[in-house]
Amino acid sequence: MAKPLRKHDLKIVAAVATTPLPAAILALPERKPAPRPVLKPIFDTLITVVLPPLLVTAFFLLIWQIATSQPGSSLPSPTQVFADSSELILHPFYDNGGTDKGLGLHILASLSRVAVGYALAAIVGIALGTLVGQSVYFMRGFDPLFQILRTVPPLAWLPISLAAFRDGQPSAIFVIFITAVWPVIINTAAGIRNIPQDYRNVALVLRLNPFEYFTKIMVPAAAPYIFTGLRIGIGLSWLAIVAAEMLIGGVGIGFFIWDAWNSSLISDIIVALVYVGLVGFVLDRIIASIGHLVTRGTAVN
Amino acid sequence: MQKPYLSLSLVNKSFQRGNVISEVLKGISLDVKKGEFVSLIGHSGCGKSTMLNLIAGLTPVTSGAVTLEDKHVQEPGPDRAVVFQNHSLLPWLTIYENVKLAVDKVWRAESSAARKTRVMDCLNLVHMAHAKDKRPAEISGGMKQRVGIARALAMEPKVLLLDEPFGALDALTRAHLQDQVMQIHQTFGNTVIMITHDVDESVLLSDRIVMLTNGPAATIGEIHEVKLPRPRKRLELVTDPIYIRARETVLKFLYERNKFVEAA
Repeated sequence: MAKPLRKHDLKIVAAVATTPLPAAILALPERKPAPRPVLKPIFDTLITVVLPPLLVTAFFLLIWQIATSQPGSSLPSPTQVFADSSELILHPFYDNGGTDKGLGLHILASLSRVAVGYALAAIVGIALGTLVGQSVYFMRGFDPLFQILRTVPPLAWLPISLAAFRDGQPSAIFVIFITAVWPVIINTAAGIRNIPQDYRNVALVLRLNPFEYFTKIMVPAAAPYIFTGLRIGIGLSWLAIVAAEMLIGGVGIGFFIWDAWNSSLISDIIVALVYVGLVGFVLDRIIASIGHLVTRGTAVN
Repeated sequence: MQKPYLSLSLVNKSFQRGNVISEVLKGISLDVKKGEFVSLIGHSGCGKSTMLNLIAGLTPVTSGAVTLEDKHVQEPGPDRAVVFQNHSLLPWLTIYENVKLAVDKVWRAESSAARKTRVMDCLNLVHMAHAKDKRPAEISGGMKQRVGIARALAMEPKVLLLDEPFGALDALTRAHLQDQVMQIHQTFGNTVIMITHDVDESVLLSDRIVMLTNGPAATIGEIHEVKLPRPRKRLELVTDPIYIRARETVLKFLYERNKFVEAA
């Protein structure tokens, strides 16, 4: 209820305002803080973070179990897989000589190939990407070649690399390299082309030499892009290695899967697939977290 | 007559794209004395930034010459440090490291302890030493600009070039930074060239206000000397006749004689 103030009202207001009343100090009863719950936050995290994936996985396994449990089913059920291949799951590092090795050893063999091929791809990719990103001239020269070559499927490179290297091991590494190198090149080049003019101006005013410019401006400024490329690259190389090893044989997770197929050990294949998925996931997380660490604070401006 | 410290003589600048040549600046001649504070004012797009880039050496002149201490300006260098409009701090470095980058490059010959002192001195000068370990993303716009100024001062430039340094700041922060720049200019006697859009800012800070006509082919329309004694106090100046007249001159130039023509 706001009545328009009249003149004498204003006087009263003024009088009240000018004579301060003594304030009485009241002691409020002290409240005891409630005991801090210890278990509740942990419980909450369990429900919100851990429970959903567990539920979905359990549901998926249940569907799988139901779908494959009638006699004559072409694929084994989860319980069947565990019964058939518990040796593989429980002892990943046994070695009976020849190609009869545990899954862990096969995975290590594949990982060592990926490590070499991917490291080469990272070095060559960043170097070439820098060159192409820096100079319009080089970009015009290289870009059409890159755009065509990058669409060639990984396995299509295998025959030509077998012809060139005459050996399985370097051929597999080459396939990894040629698969992973394109996203690294293209993203590095994009990152370098997108360095803001301001940073270039800072470098010009400070008269940074080319080496200082490379290490102090170019690499950190392009790092988020470079790591995007590296992350796509590691995913692609893990895709390629499994396929390449199926063809070159010897040792490795791809060979293991092919070997299991030839021996009709479908349960072994399923276990191997789970391993491949888990390792691929871990590789991706490793590169992502290195990228996160290195590019900390770079993205926001 | 004192010999000019920095001088632009008959500078023309045009940009060429394909067959189209666009003239930006035409027949610019300006002499700046050592220790002078000059501001460039004009409507957007008239070529103020281009003029600053010419002095910085970031863009080459088409004809004419820019000389600093009788030396031809042909490339950018730390003797003409620039404070960019959007601070241009490197986001992956801390505040300390951003200033250190400049100090390490310009004062390479000094011991690392001496260089460290330089960095801290410059940060203290702009009252940013407390945030030395923060990254640019973690501090406010005004603080970023102060670090930008610290980085430029660290080079001990012959000429300090400010490209609308306070353009993106709120009025209170802007006033605060203007006072700091005045203080620094007062203490060190730097030669400063500042681009601004703000009439009050130009009158408050400068010894001379250079007014550019509208582009294309902008030229110096008028130069007004602000004969106010230093140190200047913002509040006292509001009623000062010299201040009022300077303000009026610039306003008249900008809004009567060189009305902003909307580029079609």
